[in-house]
Amino acid sequence: MTTNTEKEVLLQLKDYSITFKTPEGDVKAVSNMNLTVRRGERIAIVGESGSGKSQTFLGIMGLLAKNGQTSGQALLEGRDVLALKPRELDKVRGKDMAMVFQDPMTALNPSLKISRQLTEQLEIHRGFTAKAASVEALDMLKRVGIPDPERRFNLYPHELSGGMRQRIVIAMALLTKPKLLIADEPTTALDVTIQAQILDLFNDLTAEMNTALLMITHDLGVVAGLADRVAVMYAGRIVEEAPVDELFENPAHPYTAALHAAIPRPDQDVDDLVVIPGRPPNLQHLPKGCNFSPRCPKVQDGCIDRPPQLETLAPQHCAACFHPFPRREELLTHA
Amino acid sequence: MILNPAKRELLAAELLEAEGLSPEGRSLTKDAMRRLCRNKAAVVSMVVLTLLILAAFLGPYFIPHNYEDPDWAAFRSPPSWEDGHYFGTDPNGRDLLARVLYGTRVSLAVAFVATLVSVVIGVLYGAISGYFGGRLDSIMMRFVDIMYALPYILFVILLMVIFGRNVYLLFAAIGALEWLTMARIVRGQTLSLKHREFVEAARASGQKPLKIITKHIIPNLVGPVVIFAALTVPEIIATESFLSYLGFGVQEPLTSLGTLISEGTNAMENMPWLLIFPATFLVALLLSLLFIGDGLRDAFDPKDR
Amino acid sequence: MPNQQTSSAPTLLKVENLTTQFEIQAKSFFKKPTMLTAVNDVSFELKEGRTLGIVGESGCGKSTLGRSILQLIRAQKGRVVWQGKNLLDLTEEQIRAARRDMQIIFQDPIASLDPRMTVGDIIAEPLTVFEPKLSRAQRLERVRDIMAAVGLVPEMINRYPHEFSGGQAQRIGIARAVITRPKLIVCDEPVSALDVSIQGQVITLLRNLRKEFGLTLIFISHDLSVVRLISDDVLVLYLGKVVEAGDCATVFDHPAHPYTQALFSAAPIPDPKLARQRSRIRLQGDPPSPMNPPPGCVFSPRCWKATDICRTKMPPTELVREGQSAACYHMDRPPEA
Repeated sequence: MTTNTEKEVLLQLKDYSITFKTPEGDVKAVSNMNLTVRRGERIAIVGESGSGKSQTFLGIMGLLAKNGQTSGQALLEGRDVLALKPRELDKVRGKDMAMVFQDPMTALNPSLKISRQLTEQLEIHRGFTAKAASVEALDMLKRVGIPDPERRFNLYPHELSGGMRQRIVIAMALLTKPKLLIADEPTTALDVTIQAQILDLFNDLTAEMNTALLMITHDLGVVAGLADRVAVMYAGRIVEEAPVDELFENPAHPYTAALHAAIPRPDQDVDDLVVIPGRPPNLQHLPKGCNFSPRCPKVQDGCIDRPPQLETLAPQHCAACFHPFPRREELLTHA
Repeated sequence: MILNPAKRELLAAELLEAEGLSPEGRSLTKDAMRRLCRNKAAVVSMVVLTLLILAAFLGPYFIPHNYEDPDWAAFRSPPSWEDGHYFGTDPNGRDLLARVLYGTRVSLAVAFVATLVSVVIGVLYGAISGYFGGRLDSIMMRFVDIMYALPYILFVILLMVIFGRNVYLLFAAIGALEWLTMARIVRGQTLSLKHREFVEAARASGQKPLKIITKHIIPNLVGPVVIFAALTVPEIIATESFLSYLGFGVQEPLTSLGTLISEGTNAMENMPWLLIFPATFLVALLLSLLFIGDGLRDAFDPKDR
Repeated sequence: MPNQQTSSAPTLLKVENLTTQFEIQAKSFFKKPTMLTAVNDVSFELKEGRTLGIVGESGCGKSTLGRSILQLIRAQKGRVVWQGKNLLDLTEEQIRAARRDMQIIFQDPIASLDPRMTVGDIIAEPLTVFEPKLSRAQRLERVRDIMAAVGLVPEMINRYPHEFSGGQAQRIGIARAVITRPKLIVCDEPVSALDVSIQGQVITLLRNLRKEFGLTLIFISHDLSVVRLISDDVLVLYLGKVVEAGDCATVFDHPAHPYTQALFSAAPIPDPKLARQRSRIRLQGDPPSPMNPPPGCVFSPRCWKATDICRTKMPPTELVREGQSAACYHMDRPPEA
């Protein structure tokens, strides 16, 4: 099995930040982020509200709100997509990078048949003729597991269920054979059994097409089932990054450990749930020093002086904390 | 040194304070008023309206002449500074300025009273009809539909003919017709409100239906009702002016802006001031109310939250 | 950990053959309106102090069931026996009186609070209905006490709902629900709309209040992990029907009905090694719409074990083992002793 360092680098975020200008002042949604995504890799970005997980990638795709400003670099195969003009970005977006959202209706036009929406992608980005596009689109519908695709090809989005719509959006995203697929909470609004189907779909298709997958989620269960590597975000920064097995076995950052211990499981009885006190960070009023300090069970005096930087704790495992958990320490569960 | 939980709580509390949360709650109405004050057109209009109201109700005490006594020395005279007839006089020698101010007073009174009547009746009627639904709603709304179908002007004229030209009747007639639209709007809003979760929560708390209407539904109608009322006032003034113009409005010697405009139109060629001044006042009144109404609608827009 | 109550606790609520239907307007003038059966012949017994979890996916009718139990949506058939009386027989006024002891917590915390009322007034509303003789000062004191009990800062009593976060708003909803010390609370997906780190806080609060006030809960959720955490017993709903029921630990560890098995198999587990090892049941198709129920067993169109009899007649509910029952012709029974 090829190790990570042997695979080619696809996307590199260097010192990447996003600032929103509001009447109450500047809000830094993402601060100095560094991330490397390799070809064919599956990375999960975990975080809650205010973590900046969605904004990071909306920024790369050029989909930020008007008052948002990016800085730093986002190199897609060496080319800085942040520096591209809108016209050039249009060519990249949808073709080399595609994004799937939580609500499929953000990508689907309710007044167009899905056949048209699918073939449009192919005609624009890959220069297909209408006829060839239809054939390819129908084929993709089959691959995403839509039953009776010929009939459904001519339907409107509202005639299909939520799960179906999400599959179509995935089909649209993959039709252009992108190198990177970004999925922002794609299954959060779906039922459990449908979620499992869609996650399987992501798994199978990205492996088949060697597309790198960036899955943004708050659900550690989804992460465990899908990711190779995980980056945990809090208040606009990556606080921990590690291969998936390592992250679950040896969470170093107190936030990661707390998240782990705070979620119930369907397969085990949990006697005492760890409660993370306080609330998700308000980006307009961040504490001095470490962003997690108000809620951290291990907070000490030094934590509120200056923000911690990402430090390597083990091969490919880094965390931004002055007092990370040592490896294999049992987290005492106490509600 | 590990921070003890007390110190960590202090940190959290400091953060809360830094967010600037004050003990007094920020109600939605206060938010809306703040937004309204940022709207320049609305603020200017509120100033203009205030001036007009002050002029109409206090002005007559400060000007040299009154509205009904003819000035034997100055018939049909154009506006002049020396004899105190700042707006000139009409064919009967009465001071136009005083008459315009009085006319504005009557127009405003009619409009506000009629609006109040229409709001009270319309809101109660629409809320009850919308909340209870079913057959009651059908009957109540059919009644409204029938009333709508009646030819409005003929109806008013009929009332005038039967009961004579009485200012109070004018209020009643106009109010009696404006409540219909208010009722429809309120019913529509109620229909959507009654399915909201907080209304269901009130039912789950055992609250009686009439109490739900008064405590939950009507307060949440404030936005649309205020906006509609603010936009109805100019419509009522215009209607009253129209009726008075036709000769169905207030009786002599009382006057309204409509009556004045009517007289002014007749004498337009010889005595243009008789038309210009009342018309300017009417336009100023209507425009300021319209801008305020528009501003209110923007201010109450929930999307801004 | 399940609440180890003995079965000698009195029965608080008994639901028998409850059916709730909605009339859907016909699409054309000539067609008759169709009946949508959201809750289909549901029966269960809830003992005082126990927590019943109700799980299912969209369209299964769990929310409608919760509301039908409280008669916020009136059911058409069956019995809901509460304090000796069948709620379906009572007048609207009698039901209103009964609401003192049966309350509800909603899924969307902020939408369940009247945006024009202060938090204090919202929490005090049930008191104004059921204890009207209280003076204003007494009411205020009760509100403050309950706010402290749910972890809200009493100084926030004059704030408005939109000034709170989701987690705090849910605490307000909980405060309102418990202020009259009800016996039963129906929790309709109370944590689904909240952040993961806040979900734990609210669940812990519910568990503490349950102990402190001796509450009986009905906990509706699509999240199996949360249901397992807080419930003693569980009901699995599919298309308005109970396909499996029983003791939480038993059902979760040994699901008998194919749907339950598929559901548990699909639930993500936060453990990458386990996730790789587990054998997954991959269900085909979408959850069906209650507008077009299949003949026979409700699950037959998607069931890999379905045979002819499944497609013709709905299977009866049978006991699988002590503390577990299911409705399936091909359920997984425990091995014969």
